[in-house]
Amino acid sequence: MSDAHANPIPSTAKDDRPAPKAPAKSFLSQLEIDLRLLGMVGAFVLVCIVFNVLTDGRFLTPRNIFNLTIQTVSVAIMATGMVFIIVTRHIDLSVGALLATASAVMAMMQTRWLPDTLGLPLGHAALPWLAILAGLLAGTLIGAFQGWLVGYLTIPAFIVTLGGLLIWRNVAWYLTNGQTIGPLDETFQAFGGINGTLGATGSWIFGLIAAAAAVLALLSARRSKAAHGFPVKPIWAEAVLIGIAVVAILGFVALLNAYEVPTRVLERDFAARGLEMPEGTTASYGIPYSVLVLIAVAVVMTVIARKTRLGRYIFATGGNPDAAELSGINTRFLTVKVFAILGALVAISAVVASARLTNHSNDIGTLDELRVIAAAVIGGTALSGGIGTIYGAILGALIMQSLQSGMAMVGVDAPLQNIVVGTVLVAAVLIDIIYRRRVGGK
Amino acid sequence: MTMTETAKADPRAAGETPLVELKDISIAFGGVQAVDGVSIDLHPGEVVGLLGHNGAGKSTLIKILSGAYRMDSGEIRINGQKAEIHSPRDARRYNIETIYQTLALADNLDAASNLFLGREITTALGFVDDAKQEAETRKIMARLNPNFRKLNEPVSALSGGQRQSVAIARAVYFNAKILIMDEPTAALGVHETAMVADLIKELKAQGLGIFLISHDTREMMELCDRVSVMKNGQLVGTERVEDVTEDDILSMIILGKNPKREPA
Ligand SMILES: Nc1ncnc2c1ncn2[C@@H]1O[C@H](COP(=O)(O)OP(=O)(O)OP(=O)(O)O)[C@@H](O)[C@H]1O
Ligand SMILES: [Mg+2]
Repeated sequence: MSDAHANPIPSTAKDDRPAPKAPAKSFLSQLEIDLRLLGMVGAFVLVCIVFNVLTDGRFLTPRNIFNLTIQTVSVAIMATGMVFIIVTRHIDLSVGALLATASAVMAMMQTRWLPDTLGLPLGHAALPWLAILAGLLAGTLIGAFQGWLVGYLTIPAFIVTLGGLLIWRNVAWYLTNGQTIGPLDETFQAFGGINGTLGATGSWIFGLIAAAAAVLALLSARRSKAAHGFPVKPIWAEAVLIGIAVVAILGFVALLNAYEVPTRVLERDFAARGLEMPEGTTASYGIPYSVLVLIAVAVVMTVIARKTRLGRYIFATGGNPDAAELSGINTRFLTVKVFAILGALVAISAVVASARLTNHSNDIGTLDELRVIAAAVIGGTALSGGIGTIYGAILGALIMQSLQSGMAMVGVDAPLQNIVVGTVLVAAVLIDIIYRRRVGGK
Repeated sequence: MTMTETAKADPRAAGETPLVELKDISIAFGGVQAVDGVSIDLHPGEVVGLLGHNGAGKSTLIKILSGAYRMDSGEIRINGQKAEIHSPRDARRYNIETIYQTLALADNLDAASNLFLGREITTALGFVDDAKQEAETRKIMARLNPNFRKLNEPVSALSGGQRQSVAIARAVYFNAKILIMDEPTAALGVHETAMVADLIKELKAQGLGIFLISHDTREMMELCDRVSVMKNGQLVGTERVEDVTEDDILSMIILGKNPKREPA
């Protein structure tokens, strides 16, 4: 919708020299895969293989991969929002505490406030959804408020959210009088992981749709480039990429489908429905709903980052706040938006986290701020601003969670686990700095 | 310097409405009076040069016109109408485009994203149309700087001159009527400087009004119709280039006096 009536630009050039011949490209550069992405995937694979060896093959079982996946979701969702915060040169230390407040609001809503005020009986179909809505609203508003303090009142984000860390954890305490609230609604619990999955057939259908979408996205990007006469990757490179995407998606589905529901759980399910379980019945868990939520968040956040003005402004502001301001971007309101987005994502994480625990407890989300920031940073988000990717943050969360649960499986005691994770964080940033210096740029 | 003297210095025929009139503009930063009661104007198809020492207040004055700073007092008129310019967005509405001394580019974004920053081309669905933006960028860069190839790299990977051409492209791509160029050739080599000079002449021929800031007096004598000299935030004087010598201008810059108006 740009109203760019270009000025007739005077031609100051006499000739258009032909483009110099492109130097022979390496296999990887022809694929145009981000080296950083490759490095992170490599690190992740390495972690998996090492732990698999150390645990005699217990690390890479479908069951453990399933658990790893659902343990990662909550931090990964928040990490995608933290990317925007760090890209705009801010920080949010309050996410763990805010998660507790959002979780408390949702738990109180579905167990006390709504039943008491609207007279909805426990188990009413509307309860979980109204609770989630209230939690989302609380998270978004609190996030926006903190963003306003940062953007308009120019209090450093570090201070605002450090205060928030103390405030929201204890607001949560007051909301619940310090009690554990549960059990939460059954539908609500379905977002926690193991209590809500797509099953084998549903997962395959989802996998096929996702694979088709990925292929379409790759092809339409290619078509749009070609339409403007830009150079495109060789066909074989495109085919390789499509192949990798399809194999990765369907492989992931196959893995999760390989984790079968234990027979006694199945028997209990059948018994609950008053049925006799036929001999030899098997069922797979498939993709957990919480993972679908993460995928949806990842897609939406990636689209925002890459394809919308908002995303462009977020990165421009991070790269050069003055230039952004001079280009007419309202950087103050942008700050509010960015914090509000993270607030909403924290509330979504609160759904997943409390649903996984099946109740709200006071210490929910404790230290999550550090995990979330670490995930974003390990995923290549630069604290100097302007640089970061959504997929990187999710991979960062996955790498951290693999390290942590891998060490737990090997039997490393908790203090040493933390020492290792801390070391990895610092080392990851160092590697990133060295990498950037190599490829040039900041 | 008073307004009457500025008016006297303006040789334009009476009756023609100036494109831009800056009247009695003042702004202070803390204790520093960066611009102190300065009045200058600009006509369509005219290039007005701003000269003065480092810290004289040139950039600050034009940043008021471009919406980056808010003046403490004074008035801006565009085409004779009082203009309210409180933000860069306001300035763009008056078709004012600026090449800042610091270039004001987001280093982490590529040339196209910088060129369209704040004015992205969007698709029917409201998404940024990167392919279209890149195509437009290629088109304009082919004319401004045919050697420019690094379209898909962040501008931090560009040389000073290449960055400058991105900033210039951004200013001339959109429908500018008033162009502000704050030391546009500071980072450029001889060849590129000549290209910018040609560009200025052609844009002038198209009827744009241009404020040009530079420390190169000779270049200013060649490109400008009039030059205004500032010192310590005040306007020393505005003269038509054919009425003064390079030495006159230098002495205005150094002594802060106008030899044409004030007998030595
Ligand atoms: N944002 C600011 N805050 C405080 N002081 C400022 C600010 N901007 C400019 N100044 C002061 O105002 C005065 C004029 O600065 P300005 O940048 O306009 O000079 P200039 O004529 O453009 O100089 P140069 O030739 O070096 O670019 C200087 O004393 C400078 O220190
Ligand atoms: Mg200056």
